[in-house]
Amino acid sequence: MNENELILAIETSCDETSAAIIENGTVILSNIVASQIESHKRFGGVVPEVASRHHVEQITVIIEQAMEEANVTFADLSAVAVTEGPGLVGALLIGVNAAKAIAFAHDIPLIGVHHIAGHIYANQLISELSFPLLALVVSGGHTELVYMKEDGDFEIIGETRDDAVGEAYDKVARTLGLPYPGGPHIDRLASEGQESIAFPRSWLEVDSYDFSFSGLKSAVINKLHNMKQRDEEVKIEDVAASFQASVIDVLVGKTKRAVEQYEVKQLLLAGGVAANKGLRNALEVEFGSSGVELLIPPLSLCTDNAAMIGAAASIKLQRNKFASFNLNGNPGLDLEQQ
Amino acid sequence: MSKTLAIDTSSFVMGIAVTDGERTLGEITTNIKKNHSIRLMPAIDNLMKEVGVRPKELDEIVVANGPGSYTGVRIGVTTAKTLAWSLGIPVIGVSSLAVMAQTGRFFQGIISPIMDARRGQVYTGHYQTKEMLVKEVASDCLIMLEDWLVYLKELNEPVLFIGQDIELHRAMIMEGLKEQAHFATGSMMLPRPTELARLGQKMTDENVTHTIVPNYLQLAEAEVNWQKAQQEKDSAND
Ligand SMILES: [Zn+2]
Repeated sequence: MNENELILAIETSCDETSAAIIENGTVILSNIVASQIESHKRFGGVVPEVASRHHVEQITVIIEQAMEEANVTFADLSAVAVTEGPGLVGALLIGVNAAKAIAFAHDIPLIGVHHIAGHIYANQLISELSFPLLALVVSGGHTELVYMKEDGDFEIIGETRDDAVGEAYDKVARTLGLPYPGGPHIDRLASEGQESIAFPRSWLEVDSYDFSFSGLKSAVINKLHNMKQRDEEVKIEDVAASFQASVIDVLVGKTKRAVEQYEVKQLLLAGGVAANKGLRNALEVEFGSSGVELLIPPLSLCTDNAAMIGAAASIKLQRNKFASFNLNGNPGLDLEQQ
Repeated sequence: MSKTLAIDTSSFVMGIAVTDGERTLGEITTNIKKNHSIRLMPAIDNLMKEVGVRPKELDEIVVANGPGSYTGVRIGVTTAKTLAWSLGIPVIGVSSLAVMAQTGRFFQGIISPIMDARRGQVYTGHYQTKEMLVKEVASDCLIMLEDWLVYLKELNEPVLFIGQDIELHRAMIMEGLKEQAHFATGSMMLPRPTELARLGQKMTDENVTHTIVPNYLQLAEAEVNWQKAQQEKDSAND
């Protein structure tokens, strides 16, 4: 790797418009994130058409800010990287077409990045990665255990068969009458409550690393319904604590088994749900004094951001894995084909 | 001389032109239902190489900024504004309907470009030639075709309809306007990217690089529903 390899990275896969400048795949020179959450709150979730409209409004302003803050010009750039998928297709298209325009205008190599590869490589911005490693990816759209035997090599050993963790949180939060997004509210309430309700743990087949959260979600909704019918007092702190305990038990339990079976050196937490304090604490308790090194990025790198896309892109840059001008937004992009 | 790149992806027609002042250096028009996001940048790259203009030699970008397909217009506008911003040159937005209307330059009467907007609605506008220039008489709008035909009927002038979506509505137009109605044919039905470039060159740079957005002519559906719910809430509180 030559010194001062600078990547301009762009991320618009959901409801954050973000651009970053990353040096040598590890140092953040800038990471600008414009969240649309205030706009989507009133709809109770992200509306794709509204998200796309906001991205077009913001895109050049955010890229300009990222370059100015990093004090970088187009001539300094080794590559322009962009989230290619998965995500909302209309939202992805804004970042992809903006990245292509910059690559074309200034004759800079173009790199397409998988959003989940980005979440995993967010960890490279806080610590050197050592392989083999295991990543627990938890977000609004994903729940996956990813095994990496080396840089750029992704094997999904387990994934959700129905709802992603974040989705289950949002749905349970809605049932509890909490505002969108519900995850942080449940996490906060859970810390104030007791695990008084025995919700099921969805372990699936004995040897499976897959997840399933829809059964748990239904169990919570049914329980609430029954309690209301019997006029029992619902202590939502306890419901939140009991729900979160079930989620964390399964996530940590399966992760522990995978860590042992695959004999990994590091365990990485990745994705927006990595902001969850209950999950962070449980992982720290489980792995804090074990042989495996636990990496958890700071909050700002767990939620969607372009810095993580730049970090993942640096691996593709080293290998000259460039995209051509026919790069498209691909909501079904396959992580294992990266 | 001033070099202009014009981009129109507001319908499934993809149009790109490179002009040098008054002179057209080259243009591409395709009329197929294929993905603009995949094809636009390679096509721009090819055309500019063919005509020997490098990106840094461009003086301005002109883009058809709607109305039209939401995704299509966004691809065009995003590409245009990012090119313009990164090259430090102006971007100029032109109505997609105005581009279509240019075909009617030699028509004596009302020029009405038409894009279908589903559920009986169309995007259209009232244009007319004055001193050899096609001028907007009434603003572009989203309207029920039925209502638009009533408006045109009252003006009692010949009308030239332009656009491929006319085929969806020809019977209704004929019935409403009878011999008042005329229809563009062949390549006249298509928006010409060189006309887009020409229109843009005549407009002044408004310094809108960061702020240019598609002219959707309507709110997102979720936004409409939300506003309706707000109004109901407000009136319930009165
Ligand atoms: Zn994400």
